[in-house]
Amino acid sequence: MLYRETGQYKSSYAADQQIFPIAQDRYLFWAFMVFACVVPPLFGNDYLFQVILFPVMCLGLCALGLNILTGYAGQISLGTGGFMAIGAYSFFKITTSFPELNILVVFLLAGLISAIFGVLIGIPSLRIKGFYLAVTTLAAQFFVEWCINRIDWLSDYSPSSTIGAPPRELFGILVMGPDAPSWAKYLLMLGIVFVLTLCAKNLVRGRIGRSWMAIRDMDIAAELIGIRPLATKLSAFAIGSFYIGIGGAMYVMFYLENVDPEAFGIFVTSFPVLFMIMIGGLGSILGSYLGAAFIVLMPVFLRNFFPLLQIDIPSHVIQHVEYMLFGGLIIFFLIVEPAGLARLWQIVKEKLRQWPFPY
Amino acid sequence: MLEVKNISLSFGAVQALHDISFGVDQGEILAIIGPNGAGKSSMLNVINGFYTPDSGTILFKGVSRAKMEPAEVARAGVARTFQNIALFRGMTTLDNIMTGRNTKMSKNFLWQALHFGPARNEELEHRRKAEEIIDFLEIQAIRKTIVSRLPYGLQKRVELGRALAAEPELLLLDEPMAGMNTEEKEDMCRFILDVNDHFGTTIALIEHDMGVVMDISDRVVVLDYGQKIADGSPSEVRADKHVIDAYLGVSGN
Ligand SMILES: Nc1ncnc2c1ncn2[C@@H]1O[C@H](COP(=O)(O)OP(=O)(O)OP(=O)(O)O)[C@@H](O)[C@H]1O
Ligand SMILES: [Mg+2]
Repeated sequence: MLYRETGQYKSSYAADQQIFPIAQDRYLFWAFMVFACVVPPLFGNDYLFQVILFPVMCLGLCALGLNILTGYAGQISLGTGGFMAIGAYSFFKITTSFPELNILVVFLLAGLISAIFGVLIGIPSLRIKGFYLAVTTLAAQFFVEWCINRIDWLSDYSPSSTIGAPPRELFGILVMGPDAPSWAKYLLMLGIVFVLTLCAKNLVRGRIGRSWMAIRDMDIAAELIGIRPLATKLSAFAIGSFYIGIGGAMYVMFYLENVDPEAFGIFVTSFPVLFMIMIGGLGSILGSYLGAAFIVLMPVFLRNFFPLLQIDIPSHVIQHVEYMLFGGLIIFFLIVEPAGLARLWQIVKEKLRQWPFPY
Repeated sequence: MLEVKNISLSFGAVQALHDISFGVDQGEILAIIGPNGAGKSSMLNVINGFYTPDSGTILFKGVSRAKMEPAEVARAGVARTFQNIALFRGMTTLDNIMTGRNTKMSKNFLWQALHFGPARNEELEHRRKAEEIIDFLEIQAIRKTIVSRLPYGLQKRVELGRALAAEPELLLLDEPMAGMNTEEKEDMCRFILDVNDHFGTTIALIEHDMGVVMDISDRVVVLDYGQKIADGSPSEVRADKHVIDAYLGVSGN
């Protein structure tokens, strides 16, 4: 009875076109945002920030980028780690070369560089599809890994190509580097994530988003109604890579703070991010974050769950349990609910709408 | 408005179209009929640039072309529906129809990302147009339904809506009534006639139901084995000996 849209009449198309046409959704969203802005900075400890919130936000942004490319535009990519690396190394290179440059600008530039590479990788997508495209993006991933390993200039000639987060201020507050307080990093990340997510939502509900989905659902029909396939696919590659690049830069600069090229390997980035959108929901913005939260939280949960039951399981066994669970869940979602957690959330809402009268 | 001149098309050994010529006049409803495999769908595919003919030219609004990308043809004012429904299955009815208007929208992605000012006005403006089509086709109740959940007849209607959304000058319909029951067919006939009346859209349609063809078309072109065997008013075609042999006789009409 609480979740009803009865009586909420729309008298204009503008009102019907909003992101949350149902008032309860709107209230819930803003309540969540206020909570997110206030509670963690006041009460959060470093464990909460470091282990949960930071990776969820960074990887969630990467998942959103991949979701634009794969979930909305239907172009499969295994090169996520490569684009994250491009974003991170670009950020590092630019900010160490121009320490005075506002870091928001640096993030933007890092995203743009990643977008340019995305377009280059996307060019073959006009001709090759599905599995073969995935292999192309995989090649891109290996190429990037090779570059950051071999081209010392990219890491300012540091041993083993390691890059770290330099101390940087924004509006006079230290927000980056080892001495920056977690709450400051958190609020900055939250701001970036919020703005970028809003932009993504606007894109997918407008002309560009519709042309992505049209290409995904039936590329021939899309072409026959005047959508240019190449331009549409490349725009998805560009914008998806832009998000992944910024996500990757944040991942390194705020979360890991010190990385070598190993951190961008396919098994620690590309595949987990792909699993995030598969579990969270292909073609759903909310799903990108749900998936990220799920994949970040599950190991945390397992690690705390067995000790809680007083069962003494060595940590390497837990890791195996983790792998098995991941595998099982992915198969489960592929078979039972290909639209992922986001769809489950939707079903809950549909049920709530009818509650307490299911018919 | 459309002139098809000496079009031939073959797929390997199969000669799908053989030296076909006909014209479509401004504002008329032209029916293309013929037995299965006669080359009707291929003809539409040639007209909207999906197939490139081996020889022959196509004149649309006085501009001649031998080869043109389908997207460009669509932008020039030709829209179509497909024999096997080709909707964007994962999108809602409204989004499908809005996608039909995509080529009419121009605000770049930065504006769209902000969804503010010009981009927002553009979106609302086109929403209004899309709603006119939704009203016209009487599909208000399903505007937010994902199309893959709709029954076949409604999907056909949505597909017509998507084609109409582009405000085409020439509308190509490939078997718009296939697989429909009588009531749905009547609705569809009404929509086609109304489109022709209200918007002055020129229509070329493929249809197997002879009753429908005789009722709604101004002119009929008959194809058989890739050849044009007749071209004229419904009553002329109906009386034509070749046609009776090739088609009507077979279908037992
Ligand atoms: N893409 C293709 N590749 C090979 N042969 C094709 C192709 N498209 C059509 N054909 C052949 O061309 C001929 C004409 O096909 P077309 O689809 O135009 O017939 P149609 O008149 O639309 O038939 P129907 O009433 O069954 O829809 C057929 O013999 C068909 O097998
Ligand atoms: Mg056909």
